[in-house]
Amino acid sequence: MSRPGRDDAPDRLYTLTQGRSRSGPDNPFDLVTLVVAECAPVTGMQSEHAAILRITESPTAVVEIAAELELPVSIVRILLSDLLAAGRVSARHPRTSAVYDPDILEQVLVGLRNL
Amino acid sequence: MDSATSETRTPAPDTRTPLRASADNGLKIVVVGGFGVGKTTMVRSVSEIRPLDTEEMMTRAGEDVDDTSEVRGKTATTVAFDFGRISLDARNVLYLFGAPGQERFWFLWDRLFSGALGAVVLVDTRRIDDSWYSIDRLEKHGTPFVVACNDFGGPAFTTEQVRDALDLDPHVPLITCDARSRESSKLVLITLVEHIRALYADPARATRQELV
Repeated sequence: MSRPGRDDAPDRLYTLTQGRSRSGPDNPFDLVTLVVAECAPVTGMQSEHAAILRITESPTAVVEIAAELELPVSIVRILLSDLLAAGRVSARHPRTSAVYDPDILEQVLVGLRNL
Repeated sequence: MDSATSETRTPAPDTRTPLRASADNGLKIVVVGGFGVGKTTMVRSVSEIRPLDTEEMMTRAGEDVDDTSEVRGKTATTVAFDFGRISLDARNVLYLFGAPGQERFWFLWDRLFSGALGAVVLVDTRRIDDSWYSIDRLEKHGTPFVVACNDFGGPAFTTEQVRDALDLDPHVPLITCDARSRESSKLVLITLVEHIRALYADPARATRQELV
């Protein structure tokens, strides 16, 4: 199977991110951080950035963006931090501290039972 | 290239199903198990989207990598994993990740488990040995989990036999399921979340170790 990302030379992926290969410990994007576009794509924008802005017209998790773009998650996190720094997307981070919140667990149970 | 999802490869859907604009909290549950045990099947049974697959890179030089023996001599390689999604209510969205249980994929576990509610260990009773490593690692990290035996229609083992074979802590729920069934897979998830709630309701168990 051939698809971008999986079988491409890593060189191409590094070019997408101007040579950065890893997002670093301070990158705030979790796999399930929900990303929302704050503006429309503009002419001249890097095509991956434009694609992310189109995908995130409605809230979209980082992992879904990666699947849609067929790029590794670590590359997408770098692209997203660029867009976040430019104010072009906003990020709704998981309330990880609330994982132990009984209210959240109850909401999860109610949601699952209603499936 | 390593591929963790080769058991069932699905094409990307033609159209995406967007989340509600009010969605603001992503939650994670990880389904772990050996090759061919039915992880993708279970994710598909309960997911509102067709399971998607994506990949994570491991680079040669870097603290991100637990064990580079698999990639020595390469600049980078990728490991695929798949996931599905369940919108629980207006705000909460649950993502289910299928994670390979083999030791060489454990660098991926750390990322999948960061902030996760807990795990389902999916077991094929014909290949119980495949599950030992996964269970051992979850126990060491204090990650809440349940064990679900996927029913492949083989010789039926009693849950007590399986519990003994896995040397499972008595407080860990063990259930039989049919990963192809939405109701059965849903029940597995409910069992896990009820287990997590019980754990955190008990102050003696309220502290949790993070994966490092």
